[in-house]
Amino acid sequence: MPDSAPILTKKDIAQRIERIAWAIREKCKMEELALIGIHRRGVPLAERVFALLKPHYKTLLLGRVDISLYRDDLKSLEMMPKLVGSDIPFDLDNLHVILFDEVLHTGRTARAGLDELLDYGRPRKVELAVLIDRGGRELPIAADYVGEVVTVQPGERVSVCFEEVDGEDAVYVQKGGRR
Amino acid sequence: MTPRKDLLDIQSLTDEELEFILVNAVPFKNLFKRSVKKVPTLRGRTVLTLFYEPSTRTRSSFEVAASRLSADVINFSVSTSSVVKGESVLDTISTLEAMRTDYVVVRHGMSGIPNLIAKNTTASVINAGDGFHAHPTQALLDVFTMKEVFGGDVRGSRIAFVGDIQHSRVARSTNLLCRRMGMATAMLAPGSLIPRDTPKEISVFTNWDELYAWKPDVIYLLRVQMERQNVPFFPSVGEYHRLYGLTDERLKRVRDSGIYVMHPGPVNRGVELNDSVMTYDRCLIDQQVENGIAVRMSVLYWLKPGSVVEEAKS
Repeated sequence: MPDSAPILTKKDIAQRIERIAWAIREKCKMEELALIGIHRRGVPLAERVFALLKPHYKTLLLGRVDISLYRDDLKSLEMMPKLVGSDIPFDLDNLHVILFDEVLHTGRTARAGLDELLDYGRPRKVELAVLIDRGGRELPIAADYVGEVVTVQPGERVSVCFEEVDGEDAVYVQKGGRR
Repeated sequence: MTPRKDLLDIQSLTDEELEFILVNAVPFKNLFKRSVKKVPTLRGRTVLTLFYEPSTRTRSSFEVAASRLSADVINFSVSTSSVVKGESVLDTISTLEAMRTDYVVVRHGMSGIPNLIAKNTTASVINAGDGFHAHPTQALLDVFTMKEVFGGDVRGSRIAFVGDIQHSRVARSTNLLCRRMGMATAMLAPGSLIPRDTPKEISVFTNWDELYAWKPDVIYLLRVQMERQNVPFFPSVGEYHRLYGLTDERLKRVRDSGIYVMHPGPVNRGVELNDSVMTYDRCLIDQQVENGIAVRMSVLYWLKPGSVVEEAKS
């Protein structure tokens, strides 16, 4: 269990997610939209935004990518990760897609997610939405929708917990390297 | 789960490893529906196929699996006519070592050759069939296929192997894995083609009526391996077909009972089965071929190259 108090509580998280949904509505009017969560915590984030946007769009699609097969650090892992698999049950060609991840850090996960999306088809446009941007980019990647910008010290990491996965909604800053 | 270097037989797989391979094969199969069927996972890795025996589909299945993982595939041609001695196999291995391949997929007519190669190379060795011994990826794809048709759980299902069980490494490996998965297994064949070491708990039948009475869910037909029979094990092909083949009349009964039919390929039409079996809607042969690619991708993925620094060449 984290030893420090959360920097964002359940209420804060709900508010940030509403902010993301509102920004998407502002920017993407009268459109077909596909929301795709990056396994694992990008998935509940995408689902929550999906629930908020559903009444406002004629066609709103929801999918999931498991980027395990696209990671650039497989060589350094002792074992290959267990696969969950991607689930994009619609044609991506000419769609406006928003990719969701809980934390934007190095940008490597987003890169992998983007590469995988492009193997499914040719979306008209792809954007990135994250709950937390904690800096520390190693690739030229930026998010289009950000719930909260967090500044962390070297050696600290940001952990987002979602009820669906972790049993609670909270964001912690913890000592202990990069996640 | 600890990293592993080789896949040589079914026995050495732990339950956890079995599950890892079978569960991951599902997302690998789903990739086949995408417009781009390839993933970059094994980019820069090399898979070498070393077949000392002819192969209709296993070799190409491994090649497709490796290419879909973005590995480079090299076909090492081995003269099938020369008598293969232990020494020449070891010579080949030192050549492989010099090529720095990451995987070696090997098939050989002699049991145990893949184990010999595995001990002498740092590459991951996958047994694609050795003698009468084992064909582990075939067993994995067979069980994966049955899990698909039985909705994920094969425990309690019944499978009967029909045909040349004695000479079949497929029957050996698949039978072993089926029993391990909690299935009941049986055999139907001429007495000369039943292995002498068959355990007592496996039912052995001599005719189709006994087989029907056992109520199998799956009938697994085996190819009659003419090339392995230096002495005849039954009087004639015609008689074999009449007594043990899946004929049109037997297919009618099989269809009425909703029994699935499997075969590792290649089939001998008119020997172990009739043409009509190939169009039977519960004939799973094509599904086995497709699943073979997914399962082999899963095996290549599991045997992650470089994760085991062996004391090879010691």
